[in-house]
Amino acid sequence: MKKLWITLTYLVFILLLVVPIVKIFTGAWQEGWSGFIEALSRKQSLHALMMTGMIVVIVTAINTIFGVMLALYLVRATWLGRRLKQLLNSVVDLPFAVSPVIGGLMIVLMLGPSSIMGAFFEDIGFKVVYALPGMVLATLFVTFPLMVREVMPLLQEIGSQQEEAASTLGAYSWYTFWHVTWPSIRWGVIYGIVLTVARSLGEFGAVLVVSGNIMNKTQTATTLVYQDVENFNVTAANGVALVLAAFSVGLLLIMEWAKKRKEVH
Amino acid sequence: MNAIFRSRWWSFGFRTTIMLYFVLLIVLPIIGIYTQSFELGWQPFWDSVSDPLAWRSVLLTIRLSVIATVINVLLGTMIGWVLIRYRFPGRRLLNSLVDLPFALPTAVGGLMILLLLGPNSFAGGLAEKFGIEIVFHEPAIVIAMVFVTFPFVIRAVQPLLEELDKSEEEASYTLGASKSRTFFHVIFPSMLPGILSGAMLAFSRALAEFGAVVLVAGNIPGKTLIASVYIFGEIESDNPQGAAAVSVLLLTLSFIILWAVNLVQTRRLGK
Repeated sequence: MKKLWITLTYLVFILLLVVPIVKIFTGAWQEGWSGFIEALSRKQSLHALMMTGMIVVIVTAINTIFGVMLALYLVRATWLGRRLKQLLNSVVDLPFAVSPVIGGLMIVLMLGPSSIMGAFFEDIGFKVVYALPGMVLATLFVTFPLMVREVMPLLQEIGSQQEEAASTLGAYSWYTFWHVTWPSIRWGVIYGIVLTVARSLGEFGAVLVVSGNIMNKTQTATTLVYQDVENFNVTAANGVALVLAAFSVGLLLIMEWAKKRKEVH
Repeated sequence: MNAIFRSRWWSFGFRTTIMLYFVLLIVLPIIGIYTQSFELGWQPFWDSVSDPLAWRSVLLTIRLSVIATVINVLLGTMIGWVLIRYRFPGRRLLNSLVDLPFALPTAVGGLMILLLLGPNSFAGGLAEKFGIEIVFHEPAIVIAMVFVTFPFVIRAVQPLLEELDKSEEEASYTLGASKSRTFFHVIFPSMLPGILSGAMLAFSRALAEFGAVVLVAGNIPGKTLIASVYIFGEIESDNPQGAAAVSVLLLTLSFIILWAVNLVQTRRLGK
Protein backbone atom coordinates (compact mmCIF):
# COMPACT_ATOMS: atom_id res chain seq x y z
CA MET A 1 0.00 0.00 0.00
CA LYS A 2 2.78 2.38 1.01
CA LYS A 3 4.72 1.57 -2.15
CA LEU A 4 1.67 2.31 -4.27
CA TRP A 5 1.19 5.77 -2.74
CA ILE A 6 4.84 6.69 -3.16
CA THR A 7 4.80 5.54 -6.77
CA LEU A 8 1.66 7.55 -7.43
CA THR A 9 3.23 10.64 -5.88
CA TYR A 10 6.30 10.25 -8.05
CA LEU A 11 4.09 9.81 -11.07
CA VAL A 12 2.18 13.03 -10.41
CA PHE A 13 5.36 15.00 -9.85
CA ILE A 14 7.02 13.67 -12.96
CA LEU A 15 4.02 14.21 -15.20
CA LEU A 16 2.96 17.58 -13.84
CA LEU A 17 6.26 19.24 -12.94
CA VAL A 18 9.36 17.46 -14.18
CA VAL A 19 8.39 16.61 -17.75
CA PRO A 20 7.16 20.16 -18.56
CA ILE A 21 10.34 21.73 -17.18
CA VAL A 22 12.51 19.31 -19.15
CA LYS A 23 10.43 20.07 -22.22
CA ILE A 24 11.15 23.80 -21.90
CA PHE A 25 14.87 23.04 -21.70
CA THR A 26 14.92 20.65 -24.64
CA GLY A 27 12.49 22.74 -26.68
CA ALA A 28 14.78 25.73 -26.59
CA TRP A 29 17.55 23.63 -28.11
CA GLN A 30 15.38 22.30 -30.90
CA GLU A 31 17.27 24.30 -33.48
CA GLY A 32 20.55 23.97 -31.67
CA TRP A 33 22.63 26.51 -29.86
CA SER A 34 22.31 29.05 -32.66
CA GLY A 35 18.52 29.00 -32.57
CA PHE A 36 18.56 29.71 -28.88
CA ILE A 37 21.08 32.54 -29.23
CA GLU A 38 19.12 33.96 -32.13
CA ALA A 39 15.89 33.97 -30.14
CA LEU A 40 17.56 35.75 -27.28
CA SER A 41 19.62 38.24 -29.22
CA ARG A 42 16.65 39.71 -31.04
CA LYS A 43 16.30 43.37 -30.22
CA GLN A 44 12.90 42.88 -28.61
CA SER A 45 14.14 40.01 -26.42
CA LEU A 46 16.98 42.05 -24.99
CA HIS A 47 14.69 44.99 -24.43
CA ALA A 48 12.00 42.84 -22.83
CA LEU A 49 14.49 41.20 -20.47
CA MET A 50 15.83 44.62 -19.53
CA MET A 51 12.31 45.88 -18.79
CA THR A 52 11.62 42.85 -16.63
CA GLY A 53 14.89 43.40 -14.78
CA MET A 54 14.06 47.04 -14.13
CA ILE A 55 10.58 46.22 -12.85
CA VAL A 56 11.94 43.49 -10.59
CA VAL A 57 14.51 45.83 -9.03
CA ILE A 58 12.16 48.77 -8.48
CA VAL A 59 9.25 46.67 -7.23
CA THR A 60 11.39 44.60 -4.88
CA ALA A 61 12.96 47.69 -3.32
CA ILE A 62 9.67 49.51 -2.77
CA ASN A 63 7.74 46.43 -1.67
CA THR A 64 10.42 45.45 0.84
CA ILE A 65 10.55 48.83 2.56
CA PHE A 66 6.82 49.41 2.67
CA GLY A 67 6.01 45.79 3.44
CA VAL A 68 8.29 45.62 6.48
CA MET A 69 7.06 48.98 7.76
CA LEU A 70 3.43 48.05 7.33
CA ALA A 71 3.96 44.73 9.06
CA LEU A 72 5.58 46.57 11.97
CA TYR A 73 2.64 48.93 12.24
CA LEU A 74 0.01 46.23 11.92
CA VAL A 75 1.59 44.19 14.70
CA ARG A 76 2.99 46.83 17.02
CA ALA A 77 1.31 50.18 16.53
CA THR A 78 -0.74 51.32 19.48
CA TRP A 79 -2.16 54.30 17.61
CA LEU A 80 -4.28 51.98 15.47
CA GLY A 81 -7.40 50.70 17.18
CA ARG A 82 -7.86 46.94 17.47
CA ARG A 83 -10.83 46.89 15.14
CA LEU A 84 -9.08 49.02 12.54
CA LYS A 85 -6.04 46.80 12.74
CA GLN A 86 -8.15 43.72 12.09
CA LEU A 87 -9.81 45.37 9.14
CA LEU A 88 -6.50 46.47 7.62
CA ASN A 89 -5.13 43.03 8.27
CA SER A 90 -7.77 41.40 6.12
CA VAL A 91 -7.43 44.08 3.44
CA VAL A 92 -3.76 43.10 3.01
CA ASP A 93 -4.83 39.80 1.46
CA LEU A 94 -7.14 41.33 -1.12
CA PRO A 95 -4.62 41.32 -4.00
CA PHE A 96 -4.47 37.53 -3.66
CA ALA A 97 -8.16 37.38 -4.47
CA VAL A 98 -8.00 39.80 -7.39
CA SER A 99 -7.31 38.36 -10.81
CA PRO A 100 -4.17 39.98 -12.26
CA VAL A 101 -6.18 41.14 -15.27
CA ILE A 102 -8.61 42.91 -12.97
CA GLY A 103 -5.67 44.43 -11.09
CA GLY A 104 -4.44 45.84 -14.38
CA LEU A 105 -7.91 47.05 -15.31
CA MET A 106 -8.16 48.94 -12.02
CA ILE A 107 -5.01 50.88 -12.79
CA VAL A 108 -6.16 51.63 -16.33
CA LEU A 109 -9.51 52.86 -14.99
CA MET A 110 -7.92 55.04 -12.32
CA LEU A 111 -4.93 56.41 -14.18
CA GLY A 112 -5.72 55.79 -17.84
CA PRO A 113 -5.82 58.67 -20.33
CA SER A 114 -9.59 59.05 -19.97
CA SER A 115 -9.60 59.34 -16.17
CA ILE A 116 -9.24 62.57 -14.19
CA MET A 117 -5.95 61.66 -12.57
CA GLY A 118 -4.55 60.23 -15.78
CA ALA A 119 -5.41 63.40 -17.68
CA PHE A 120 -3.71 65.44 -14.99
CA PHE A 121 -0.52 63.41 -15.18
CA GLU A 122 -0.61 63.52 -18.95
CA ASP A 123 -0.81 67.31 -18.81
CA ILE A 124 2.36 67.58 -16.80
CA GLY A 125 4.02 65.21 -19.25
CA PHE A 126 4.13 62.13 -17.04
CA LYS A 127 2.82 59.02 -18.67
CA VAL A 128 1.56 56.36 -16.28
CA VAL A 129 -0.48 53.85 -18.22
CA TYR A 130 1.21 52.21 -21.23
CA ALA A 131 4.53 53.17 -19.66
CA LEU A 132 6.92 51.95 -16.99
CA PRO A 133 5.26 53.66 -13.95
CA GLY A 134 1.97 51.90 -14.59
CA MET A 135 3.70 48.55 -14.98
CA VAL A 136 5.55 49.08 -11.72
CA LEU A 137 2.28 50.03 -10.01
CA ALA A 138 0.54 46.92 -11.34
CA THR A 139 3.35 44.68 -10.13
CA LEU A 140 3.40 46.43 -6.74
CA PHE A 141 -0.31 45.76 -6.38
CA VAL A 142 0.11 42.07 -7.16
CA THR A 143 3.15 41.52 -4.92
CA PHE A 144 1.88 43.62 -2.02
CA PRO A 145 0.82 40.86 0.43
CA LEU A 146 3.94 38.73 0.03
CA MET A 147 6.31 40.68 2.26
CA VAL A 148 3.72 41.67 4.88
CA ARG A 149 2.55 38.08 5.24
CA GLU A 150 6.09 36.78 5.71
CA VAL A 151 7.14 39.31 8.33
CA MET A 152 3.97 39.61 10.41
CA PRO A 153 3.99 36.11 11.99
CA LEU A 154 7.66 36.52 12.94
CA LEU A 155 6.95 39.82 14.67
CA GLN A 156 4.02 38.30 16.50
CA GLU A 157 6.16 35.38 17.58
CA ILE A 158 9.05 37.34 19.06
CA GLY A 159 6.74 39.64 21.01
CA SER A 160 7.50 43.20 21.98
CA GLN A 161 9.32 42.62 25.27
CA GLN A 162 12.86 42.96 23.96
CA GLU A 163 11.99 46.06 21.98
CA GLU A 164 10.34 47.64 24.99
CA ALA A 165 13.36 46.81 27.11
CA ALA A 166 15.63 48.44 24.56
CA SER A 167 13.59 51.61 24.40
CA THR A 168 13.27 51.76 28.19
CA LEU A 169 17.04 51.62 28.32
CA GLY A 170 17.05 54.70 26.16
CA ALA A 171 17.73 53.31 22.68
CA TYR A 172 16.41 55.30 19.74
CA SER A 173 13.70 53.67 17.68
CA TRP A 174 16.06 53.29 14.73
CA TYR A 175 18.65 51.66 16.94
CA THR A 176 16.06 49.35 18.47
CA PHE A 177 14.90 48.30 15.04
CA TRP A 178 18.36 47.48 13.70
CA HIS A 179 19.76 45.78 16.76
CA VAL A 180 16.74 44.12 18.30
CA THR A 181 13.98 43.61 15.75
CA TRP A 182 15.91 43.16 12.53
CA PRO A 183 18.04 40.13 13.54
CA SER A 184 14.93 38.12 14.33
CA ILE A 185 12.96 39.01 11.22
CA ARG A 186 15.94 38.92 8.84
CA TRP A 187 15.29 35.53 7.27
CA GLY A 188 11.61 36.24 6.91
CA VAL A 189 12.46 39.41 5.00
CA ILE A 190 14.88 37.54 2.76
CA TYR A 191 12.24 34.92 2.06
CA GLY A 192 9.77 37.69 1.29
CA ILE A 193 12.25 39.29 -1.11
CA VAL A 194 12.69 36.01 -2.97
CA LEU A 195 8.92 35.61 -3.26
CA THR A 196 8.57 39.20 -4.48
CA VAL A 197 11.29 38.74 -7.10
CA ALA A 198 9.69 35.52 -8.31
CA ARG A 199 6.26 37.06 -8.56
CA SER A 200 7.36 40.29 -10.23
CA LEU A 201 9.54 38.33 -12.66
CA GLY A 202 6.58 36.22 -13.70
CA GLU A 203 3.77 38.76 -13.52
CA PHE A 204 1.84 38.63 -16.75
CA GLY A 205 -1.86 39.49 -16.64
CA ALA A 206 -1.67 42.82 -14.85
CA VAL A 207 1.36 43.97 -16.81
CA LEU A 208 -0.16 42.92 -20.12
CA VAL A 209 -3.23 45.08 -19.52
CA VAL A 210 -1.35 48.11 -18.23
CA SER A 211 1.56 48.05 -20.65
CA GLY A 212 -0.35 47.64 -23.88
CA ASN A 213 2.48 45.25 -24.85
CA ILE A 214 4.24 47.64 -27.20
CA MET A 215 7.29 45.99 -28.69
CA ASN A 216 10.65 47.52 -27.75
CA LYS A 217 8.87 49.94 -25.45
CA THR A 218 6.74 48.37 -22.75
CA GLN A 219 7.16 44.71 -23.51
CA THR A 220 8.37 42.48 -20.67
CA ALA A 221 9.79 38.98 -20.91
CA THR A 222 6.49 37.29 -20.09
CA THR A 223 4.44 39.38 -22.49
CA LEU A 224 7.04 38.70 -25.18
CA VAL A 225 6.57 34.96 -24.63
CA TYR A 226 2.85 35.51 -25.08
CA GLN A 227 3.31 37.49 -28.26
CA ASP A 228 5.72 34.96 -29.73
CA VAL A 229 3.27 32.15 -29.09
CA GLU A 230 0.44 34.15 -30.66
CA ASN A 231 2.67 34.65 -33.70
CA PHE A 232 3.37 30.89 -33.85
CA ASN A 233 7.03 31.54 -33.22
CA VAL A 234 7.30 28.81 -30.61
CA THR A 235 11.07 28.35 -30.73
CA ALA A 236 11.66 32.01 -29.97
CA ALA A 237 9.11 31.90 -27.17
CA ASN A 238 10.93 28.90 -25.84
CA GLY A 239 14.24 30.70 -25.67
CA VAL A 240 12.86 33.52 -23.55
CA ALA A 241 10.81 31.10 -21.47
CA LEU A 242 13.95 29.10 -20.77
CA VAL A 243 15.67 32.15 -19.32
CA LEU A 244 12.64 32.83 -17.12
CA ALA A 245 12.37 29.19 -16.06
CA ALA A 246 16.07 29.03 -15.20
CA PHE A 247 15.66 32.11 -13.01
CA SER A 248 12.63 30.58 -11.29
CA VAL A 249 14.45 27.34 -10.55
CA GLY A 250 17.33 29.37 -9.12
CA LEU A 251 14.89 31.33 -6.96
CA LEU A 252 13.33 28.09 -5.80
CA LEU A 253 16.74 26.92 -4.61
CA ILE A 254 17.29 30.19 -2.71
CA MET A 255 13.78 29.81 -1.27
CA GLU A 256 14.66 26.38 0.12
CA TRP A 257 17.86 27.73 1.61
CA ALA A 258 16.10 30.72 3.20
CA LYS A 259 13.35 28.50 4.55
CA LYS A 260 15.92 26.34 6.30
CA ARG A 261 17.64 29.37 7.81
CA LYS A 262 14.29 30.77 8.88
CA GLU A 263 13.49 27.59 10.77
CA VAL A 264 16.85 27.63 12.56
CA HIS A 265 16.48 31.19 13.80
CA MET B 1 13.11 69.38 23.18
CA ASN B 2 13.87 70.11 19.60
CA ALA B 3 14.98 66.52 19.05
CA ILE B 4 11.77 65.10 20.46
CA PHE B 5 9.71 67.43 18.35
CA ARG B 6 11.59 66.39 15.29
CA SER B 7 11.30 62.69 15.96
CA ARG B 8 7.58 63.00 16.55
CA TRP B 9 7.17 64.71 13.20
CA TRP B 10 9.28 62.02 11.66
CA SER B 11 7.18 59.19 12.97
CA PHE B 12 3.99 61.01 12.06
CA GLY B 13 5.31 61.45 8.53
CA PHE B 14 6.23 57.80 8.32
CA ARG B 15 2.85 56.63 9.51
CA THR B 16 1.02 58.84 7.08
CA THR B 17 3.19 57.75 4.15
CA ILE B 18 2.78 54.04 4.84
CA MET B 19 -0.96 54.25 5.41
CA LEU B 20 -1.45 56.47 2.38
CA TYR B 21 0.52 54.03 0.24
CA PHE B 22 -1.61 51.18 1.53
CA VAL B 23 -4.90 52.95 0.86
CA LEU B 24 -3.88 54.36 -2.53
CA LEU B 25 -2.42 51.11 -3.83
CA ILE B 26 -4.93 48.56 -2.55
CA VAL B 27 -8.14 50.10 -1.28
CA LEU B 28 -8.74 52.87 -3.77
CA PRO B 29 -8.46 50.76 -6.94
CA ILE B 30 -10.91 48.19 -5.59
CA ILE B 31 -13.43 50.89 -4.69
CA GLY B 32 -12.76 52.43 -8.08
CA ILE B 33 -13.73 49.32 -10.00
CA TYR B 34 -17.00 48.95 -8.07
CA THR B 35 -17.96 52.57 -8.64
CA GLN B 36 -17.00 52.37 -12.32
CA SER B 37 -19.25 49.42 -13.00
CA PHE B 38 -22.25 50.99 -11.20
CA GLU B 39 -21.53 54.52 -12.37
CA LEU B 40 -24.42 54.56 -14.81
CA GLY B 41 -26.73 52.67 -12.49
CA TRP B 42 -27.94 49.10 -12.48
CA GLN B 43 -29.15 48.91 -16.03
CA PRO B 44 -25.82 49.09 -17.88
CA PHE B 45 -24.29 46.78 -15.30
CA TRP B 46 -27.07 44.29 -15.85
CA ASP B 47 -26.76 44.64 -19.62
CA SER B 48 -23.04 43.89 -19.53
CA VAL B 49 -23.42 40.93 -17.23
CA SER B 50 -26.41 39.44 -19.01
CA ASP B 51 -24.60 39.39 -22.33
CA PRO B 52 -24.59 35.64 -23.09
CA LEU B 53 -20.87 35.64 -23.81
CA ALA B 54 -20.20 37.27 -20.45
CA TRP B 55 -22.24 35.00 -18.20
CA ARG B 56 -21.25 31.94 -20.16
CA SER B 57 -17.59 32.76 -19.62
CA VAL B 58 -18.20 33.23 -15.89
CA LEU B 59 -20.10 29.94 -15.62
CA LEU B 60 -17.42 28.13 -17.61
CA THR B 61 -14.75 29.53 -15.31
CA ILE B 62 -16.62 28.40 -12.21
CA ARG B 63 -17.27 24.94 -13.61
CA LEU B 64 -13.68 24.32 -14.71
CA SER B 65 -12.32 25.77 -11.47
CA VAL B 66 -14.45 23.35 -9.50
CA ILE B 67 -13.09 20.43 -11.53
CA ALA B 68 -9.51 21.66 -11.08
CA THR B 69 -10.07 22.11 -7.34
CA VAL B 70 -11.48 18.62 -6.93
CA ILE B 71 -8.47 17.15 -8.75
CA ASN B 72 -6.16 19.20 -6.58
CA VAL B 73 -7.88 18.15 -3.36
CA LEU B 74 -7.38 14.49 -4.26
CA LEU B 75 -3.79 14.91 -5.45
CA GLY B 76 -2.89 17.36 -2.69
CA THR B 77 -4.22 15.23 0.14
CA MET B 78 -2.37 12.22 -1.16
CA ILE B 79 0.90 14.06 -1.76
CA GLY B 80 0.75 15.94 1.53
CA TRP B 81 0.24 12.63 3.30
CA VAL B 82 3.02 10.81 1.46
CA LEU B 83 5.54 13.63 1.93
CA ILE B 84 4.94 13.88 5.67
CA ARG B 85 4.35 10.27 6.64
CA TYR B 86 6.67 8.21 4.49
CA ARG B 87 10.45 8.26 4.26
CA PHE B 88 11.78 7.42 0.85
CA PRO B 89 14.64 8.50 -1.39
CA GLY B 90 13.98 11.84 -3.07
CA ARG B 91 11.42 13.00 -0.53
CA ARG B 92 13.19 16.29 0.21
CA LEU B 93 13.60 17.03 -3.48
CA LEU B 94 9.91 16.44 -4.16
CA ASN B 95 9.02 18.59 -1.19
CA SER B 96 10.92 21.53 -2.62
CA LEU B 97 9.54 20.91 -6.10
CA VAL B 98 6.01 21.50 -4.77
CA ASP B 99 6.57 25.26 -4.86
CA LEU B 100 7.68 25.27 -8.48
CA PRO B 101 4.34 26.47 -9.89
CA PHE B 102 4.54 29.49 -7.56
CA ALA B 103 8.03 30.35 -8.72
CA LEU B 104 7.43 29.80 -12.41
CA PRO B 105 5.87 32.59 -14.49
CA THR B 106 2.36 31.53 -15.43
CA ALA B 107 2.95 32.33 -19.09
CA VAL B 108 5.85 29.87 -19.05
CA GLY B 109 3.50 27.32 -17.46
CA GLY B 110 1.06 27.82 -20.31
CA LEU B 111 3.78 27.47 -22.89
CA MET B 112 4.93 24.21 -21.29
CA ILE B 113 1.47 22.73 -21.58
CA LEU B 114 1.23 23.90 -25.17
CA LEU B 115 4.57 22.28 -26.02
CA LEU B 116 3.75 19.02 -24.26
CA LEU B 117 0.20 18.50 -25.41
CA GLY B 118 0.02 20.65 -28.50
CA PRO B 119 -0.93 19.32 -31.92
CA ASN B 120 2.66 18.59 -32.94
CA SER B 121 3.69 16.87 -29.75
CA PHE B 122 3.84 13.18 -28.98
CA ALA B 123 1.14 13.22 -26.30
CA GLY B 124 -1.10 15.49 -28.35
CA GLY B 125 -0.81 13.23 -31.38
CA LEU B 126 -1.60 10.18 -29.29
CA ALA B 127 -4.69 11.81 -27.78
CA GLU B 128 -5.85 12.89 -31.21
CA LYS B 129 -5.72 9.31 -32.42
CA PHE B 130 -8.13 8.36 -29.68
CA GLY B 131 -10.31 11.30 -30.57
CA ILE B 132 -9.57 13.31 -27.44
CA GLU B 133 -8.89 16.96 -27.98
CA ILE B 134 -6.81 18.60 -25.29
CA VAL B 135 -5.21 21.84 -26.33
CA PHE B 136 -7.62 24.67 -27.22
CA HIS B 137 -10.35 22.73 -25.45
CA GLU B 138 -11.56 22.41 -21.89
CA PRO B 139 -9.09 19.72 -20.74
CA ALA B 140 -6.17 22.05 -21.40
CA ILE B 141 -7.76 24.77 -19.28
CA VAL B 142 -8.27 22.35 -16.42
CA ILE B 143 -4.67 21.14 -16.71
CA ALA B 144 -3.41 24.72 -16.64
CA MET B 145 -5.51 25.46 -13.55
CA VAL B 146 -4.34 22.30 -11.80
CA PHE B 147 -0.74 23.18 -12.54
CA VAL B 148 -1.02 26.73 -11.22
CA THR B 149 -2.90 25.82 -8.04
CA PHE B 150 -0.96 22.64 -7.34
CA PRO B 151 0.86 23.79 -4.15
CA PHE B 152 -2.14 25.17 -2.23
CA VAL B 153 -3.74 22.03 -0.81
CA ILE B 154 -0.39 20.34 -0.13
CA ARG B 155 0.96 23.32 1.75
CA ALA B 156 -2.26 23.67 3.76
CA VAL B 157 -2.44 19.99 4.72
CA GLN B 158 1.22 19.45 5.65
CA PRO B 159 1.39 21.49 8.88
CA LEU B 160 -1.79 19.84 10.16
CA LEU B 161 -0.38 16.38 9.56
CA GLU B 162 2.84 17.34 11.31
CA GLU B 163 0.91 18.58 14.32
CA LEU B 164 -1.27 15.50 14.48
CA ASP B 165 -0.85 13.58 17.69
CA LYS B 166 0.32 10.09 16.86
CA SER B 167 -1.11 8.66 20.07
CA GLU B 168 -4.68 9.20 18.88
CA GLU B 169 -3.95 7.14 15.83
CA GLU B 170 -2.23 4.45 17.85
CA ALA B 171 -5.12 4.36 20.30
CA SER B 172 -7.45 3.77 17.39
CA TYR B 173 -5.35 0.85 16.16
CA THR B 174 -5.10 -0.58 19.66
CA LEU B 175 -8.85 -0.50 19.95
CA GLY B 176 -8.97 -2.69 16.88
CA ALA B 177 -9.94 -0.24 14.17
CA SER B 178 -8.82 -1.05 10.67
CA LYS B 179 -6.48 1.16 8.68
CA SER B 180 -9.16 2.73 6.53
CA ARG B 181 -11.45 3.22 9.55
CA THR B 182 -8.67 4.98 11.43
CA PHE B 183 -7.96 7.15 8.43
CA PHE B 184 -11.53 8.27 7.95
CA HIS B 185 -12.43 8.69 11.61
CA VAL B 186 -9.21 9.93 13.19
CA ILE B 187 -6.81 11.32 10.60
CA PHE B 188 -9.16 12.74 8.02
CA PRO B 189 -11.17 14.98 10.40
CA SER B 190 -8.01 16.68 11.59
CA MET B 191 -6.83 17.19 8.00
CA LEU B 192 -10.17 18.60 6.93
CA PRO B 193 -9.63 22.28 7.87
CA GLY B 194 -6.41 22.27 5.87
CA ILE B 195 -8.03 20.59 2.90
CA LEU B 196 -10.90 23.08 3.01
CA SER B 197 -8.83 26.23 3.24
CA GLY B 198 -6.36 24.90 0.66
CA ALA B 199 -9.21 24.02 -1.67
CA MET B 200 -10.79 27.44 -1.34
CA LEU B 201 -7.51 29.20 -2.00
CA ALA B 202 -6.92 26.96 -5.01
CA PHE B 203 -10.44 27.66 -6.25
CA SER B 204 -10.10 31.42 -6.00
CA ARG B 205 -6.72 31.26 -7.71
CA ALA B 206 -8.16 29.10 -10.49
CA LEU B 207 -10.99 31.60 -10.98
CA ALA B 208 -8.45 34.38 -11.37
CA GLU B 209 -5.92 32.55 -13.52
CA PHE B 210 -5.03 34.22 -16.77
CA GLY B 211 -1.47 33.70 -17.98
CA ALA B 212 -1.40 29.94 -18.20
CA VAL B 213 -4.93 29.67 -19.55
CA VAL B 214 -4.83 32.34 -22.24
CA LEU B 215 -2.09 30.46 -24.09
CA VAL B 216 -3.75 27.04 -24.11
CA ALA B 217 -7.47 27.79 -24.17
CA GLY B 218 -7.89 28.89 -27.76
CA ASN B 219 -10.32 31.47 -26.37
CA ILE B 220 -13.32 30.64 -28.55
CA PRO B 221 -16.17 32.88 -27.35
CA GLY B 222 -18.90 30.91 -25.61
CA LYS B 223 -16.86 27.72 -25.67
CA THR B 224 -13.40 28.05 -24.18
CA LEU B 225 -13.39 31.71 -23.23
CA ILE B 226 -12.95 32.02 -19.49
CA ALA B 227 -13.86 35.09 -17.47
CA SER B 228 -10.43 36.66 -17.05
CA VAL B 229 -9.71 36.30 -20.77
CA TYR B 230 -13.15 37.77 -21.51
CA ILE B 231 -12.29 40.77 -19.33
CA PHE B 232 -9.01 41.15 -21.15
CA GLY B 233 -10.82 41.06 -24.49
CA GLU B 234 -13.26 43.74 -23.35
CA ILE B 235 -10.38 45.98 -22.30
CA GLU B 236 -8.66 45.44 -25.63
CA SER B 237 -11.83 46.30 -27.53
CA ASP B 238 -12.13 49.48 -25.48
CA ASN B 239 -15.16 48.60 -23.40
CA PRO B 240 -13.96 49.26 -19.84
CA GLN B 241 -17.51 49.38 -18.51
CA GLY B 242 -18.25 45.82 -19.63
CA ALA B 243 -14.89 44.65 -18.34
CA ALA B 244 -15.54 46.29 -14.98
CA ALA B 245 -19.01 44.70 -14.67
CA VAL B 246 -17.71 41.14 -15.15
CA SER B 247 -14.75 41.97 -12.91
CA VAL B 248 -17.12 42.97 -10.12
CA LEU B 249 -18.88 39.64 -10.45
CA LEU B 250 -15.63 37.72 -10.25
CA LEU B 251 -14.18 39.90 -7.49
CA THR B 252 -17.21 39.56 -5.25
CA LEU B 253 -17.01 35.80 -5.58
CA SER B 254 -13.30 35.81 -4.71
CA PHE B 255 -13.84 38.08 -1.73
CA ILE B 256 -16.51 35.78 -0.35
CA ILE B 257 -14.12 32.85 -0.69
CA LEU B 258 -11.28 34.73 0.97
CA TRP B 259 -13.57 35.69 3.82
CA ALA B 260 -14.60 32.04 4.22
CA VAL B 261 -10.94 30.97 4.34
CA ASN B 262 -10.32 33.53 7.07
CA LEU B 263 -13.29 32.19 8.98
CA VAL B 264 -12.05 28.60 8.77
CA GLN B 265 -8.56 29.62 9.86
CA THR B 266 -9.59 31.79 12.80
CA ARG B 267 -11.92 29.09 14.00
CA ARG B 268 -9.07 26.60 13.90
CA LEU B 269 -6.78 28.93 15.83
CA GLY B 270 -9.53 29.69 18.31
CA LYS B 271 -10.04 26.02 19.11
